[in-house]
Amino acid sequence: MSATPFIVLSAILFTIGAVGVLTRRNAIVVFMCVELMLNASNLALVTFSRVNGNLDGQIAAFFVMVVAAAEVVVGLAIIMTIFRTRRSASVDDASLLKY
Amino acid sequence: MSVLAEEGHHVPVVDPGAAGSMALPLVLVIALPAFGAAVLLLGGRLTDRWGHLLGCLTVAASFVCSVILFITILGRDASDRQVGLDLWTWFSTGDWKVQFGLLYDPLSALFLLLITGVGGLIHVYSIGYMEHDERRRRFFGYLNLFVAAMLMLVLASDYVGVFLGWEGVGLASYLLIGFWQYKPTAAAAAKKAFVINRVGDIGLSLGVGLIFATFGTTSFARVSELTSGASGGVMTAIGLLLLLAACGKSAQFPLQTWLLDAMEGPTPVSALIHAATMVTAGVYLIVRSQFIFEYTSDARLAVAVIGTITLLMGAWIGCAKDDIKKVLAGSTMSQIGYMVLAAGLGVAGYAFAIFHLLMHGFFKANMFLGAGSVMHGTNDDVDMRHYGALRKAMPVTFLTFTMGYLAIIGFPGFDGFWSKDKIIEVALTQNVWLGLCALFGAGVTGFYMTRLMLMTFFGKSRWEDGVHPHESPKVMTIPLMVLAALSLLGGLLLLNDWIVDFLSPVTGVAPHEEPPLPAVVLSVIAVLVVAVGVAIAWMVFSRRDVPRTAPTKVSVFTTAGRNELYGDAFNDAIIVGPGKRFNVGLAAFDNGFVDGGAMGTASAFRGLSGRLRLAQNGFVRSYALGLLGGAALVLLALLVVNLG
Amino acid sequence: MTAFWILAPIMVVCALGLLFARKAVHCALLLAVVMISLAVLYAVQDAPFLFAVQIIVYTGAILMLFLFVLMLVGVDASDSVVETIRGQRLLAAGFGLVFGVTLVLGVAQVGIGAVTGLTKANEDGNVPAIAQVLFTKYVFAFEVTSALLITAALGAMVLAHRERLTPKPTQRAAAAQRMRDYAEHGKHLGPLPPPGVFARHNAVDTPALLPDGSVSEASISRVLAARGSVNRSPGSATQVERIGGDDTSVPPRDDSADQGGSGR
Repeated sequence: MSATPFIVLSAILFTIGAVGVLTRRNAIVVFMCVELMLNASNLALVTFSRVNGNLDGQIAAFFVMVVAAAEVVVGLAIIMTIFRTRRSASVDDASLLKY
Repeated sequence: MSVLAEEGHHVPVVDPGAAGSMALPLVLVIALPAFGAAVLLLGGRLTDRWGHLLGCLTVAASFVCSVILFITILGRDASDRQVGLDLWTWFSTGDWKVQFGLLYDPLSALFLLLITGVGGLIHVYSIGYMEHDERRRRFFGYLNLFVAAMLMLVLASDYVGVFLGWEGVGLASYLLIGFWQYKPTAAAAAKKAFVINRVGDIGLSLGVGLIFATFGTTSFARVSELTSGASGGVMTAIGLLLLLAACGKSAQFPLQTWLLDAMEGPTPVSALIHAATMVTAGVYLIVRSQFIFEYTSDARLAVAVIGTITLLMGAWIGCAKDDIKKVLAGSTMSQIGYMVLAAGLGVAGYAFAIFHLLMHGFFKANMFLGAGSVMHGTNDDVDMRHYGALRKAMPVTFLTFTMGYLAIIGFPGFDGFWSKDKIIEVALTQNVWLGLCALFGAGVTGFYMTRLMLMTFFGKSRWEDGVHPHESPKVMTIPLMVLAALSLLGGLLLLNDWIVDFLSPVTGVAPHEEPPLPAVVLSVIAVLVVAVGVAIAWMVFSRRDVPRTAPTKVSVFTTAGRNELYGDAFNDAIIVGPGKRFNVGLAAFDNGFVDGGAMGTASAFRGLSGRLRLAQNGFVRSYALGLLGGAALVLLALLVVNLG
Repeated sequence: MTAFWILAPIMVVCALGLLFARKAVHCALLLAVVMISLAVLYAVQDAPFLFAVQIIVYTGAILMLFLFVLMLVGVDASDSVVETIRGQRLLAAGFGLVFGVTLVLGVAQVGIGAVTGLTKANEDGNVPAIAQVLFTKYVFAFEVTSALLITAALGAMVLAHRERLTPKPTQRAAAAQRMRDYAEHGKHLGPLPPPGVFARHNAVDTPALLPDGSVSEASISRVLAARGSVNRSPGSATQVERIGGDDTSVPPRDDSADQGGSGR
């Protein structure tokens, strides 16, 4: 079972996630795209774990999941707060911090 | 050149003996006026009531000390007449140790008598002259300060000490010219005198620096021992720098312009500082530095030429001015020109330079005080065209002034006759052209002084309305009488060539040279030249009425004279104007280039930042785009590197 | 490998769907598909523990959280198709293409090497093996992660907490306010009309009909109206409307009546 297809899939998913972050304006969808990127990297980690024959990659993927969970909690709370004050979940509306 | 320099003759070395019993009066001579100045200037209004008396008293006591000192050295052998007194080490740095010391020798002795004697008389005169000035006490404080500084100048045993006195008299001169500082002209004149004197002072400080660099010491005694071994070029440089200093202090060409403006000061100041003493400091410096000038005939020639130019310029200006004090100032320039000329003639002229200096101190102080007396009687009017027929109104002033007049034109028997005659004779012997110029100058002197006399004391009265000329009080006329007597009798010093012999330990002994014509013939010629000048003046100013306002249609010579030979215009054109333009240019350069560079860089960065900050558009997606673009670039680079 | 080749296209299509779906809920569902597929791929790659964690944590917890927030937030936030930042889409697509192609090319070029496989590492079972590594080699990171989680929980609480700036209105004040509104603006004093209940449309998304046959906008939830999912009760209401004659004007619903409505 070759590893390259997994890695390529991971790369494709990561790229799609990145483009999603750039193009979507709904903060929640943007956030989902970030999760997609994290998952894509997890796939790569798991694959490399198999390639290398040890479990460090899986551990790393596990930590990524934990951190992602924490991040989602905080991030969604932030989105909630922004929405509460600005009545909008668009990332473009929160653009006061500029020149 | 060879006419001017007698290389190889014996140049005297300053070799002071111990002061012994002379130490106390020697110190007191300076300390008393310095003490008086300190009390008067620091004591404030407490001393208002008796300040002028203290001022006179200190100078009088100083005069007594001078006399005691003078008598003491008169009783000694000629070789024993130099007395040194080391007071304390002023400062020492490395090998250079400057002693605060005094040197009393025949040259200083004469100066001491002149400064304290004439100075004392002028102090007394000032009591009357400044009677109604509410700042009289301060005036006497400044006068005492001046006397102390001038005594320091002539008593110092070291060039650094001379410098101290030199700056001190400069300060006192500045303060006294601007004494009536509420008059803008006086304030400006004081500033002008100060600034122009700075130019000369730079010459002195550079000269002293060069002396130190060359000889490793600045004391007269050591330098005079070492000068015979120094190179001619260095000596010339030192000589020219000292000449620059003398030009500044003694109002010699080309630094002469401040003297006429300095007449803004009170008349006793003009008499004491700007006629009798301070302006002759340049002559003192040159004569004192004879052990330098004797080794550089070039510098001496420069001194003589500068003196000749100035004596002609001063006479010229004196002919054209209507302001009595300015005529006298022009004449001062001219007479100091004679002294500088004599000093430039070397060992043969030093003694006569000093002799003329003393005589000039008498008769010029006399005439300045006389002019002050005239002004005192005419509500401080200085325009001679508003005088006329004053001889009857103020007979004492007239008589004493006449003594001074006869002295300055060189009327036989009066002291100016003896001193100027000698200078012309020596000049003719050494350098015919300079001698002829000096002779011509004597004629011009006769002309302008006669003009002054005729316009002031003779003819019809042209007084302003409400002016009632009256004789001055005794406190003013008695000094005039004393000075008039000195003007008449000063020539006695030349009896038997006494002064030449007396000064010979300082100035050296000149080898005897026959003048081109016998001395008596030269004297007759000089008197005849003066007589021609007097006659012309008499024809011009006595046989016609003098107009009350100065005629405007006058010859180009008169115009030039009235404009002080365009000295100010010259300075403005050559120094002030370019200096201003240079500074404006510097300011423009500073504003344009330096500031512009700094500001330009700043504004360039600001502009750039203004563009760059637009990238901070607040859209988080734009930033993320940059992130992805950067990541893509890094990836591409990695790929290229790995594939390559 | 069969599982991979079946799942990979599905994942890519679903991920692309994430880019193009208009509604956030659809996005969440597509993401769930991707995540479950990933879980399967983990299982395929000898990572049964991560398979479970992926499903429990990601699909179960995180995505549910997303859906909760969507419920709270995303109602009004329909994504506009118009791009506001000039050139953003084009550049994003361009950069994404360059990035993806380079990455894929790079990965394809680099020889990953022989696959060792986890057979040996998983000898005693995957979960004990992971535990072995996690509680020895990575125990510090593990403990630190716990701190992170607590911090995140606290942070979320702080962020979600809302400070009350005005005192809570009493019933009395609310009643007084309603009376004042009636006196000043003539606002209806009684409770809002309930949604229409019909034989066919016994639902909250069907507006009630007023006595004159017109639709009462006030009878349905504003959230439903905003979502555009209001049933216009085509059968009855329009007919009634027709019957009711020309008076179709519906009094606009006054927002201020929604005093206690904190759903937004």
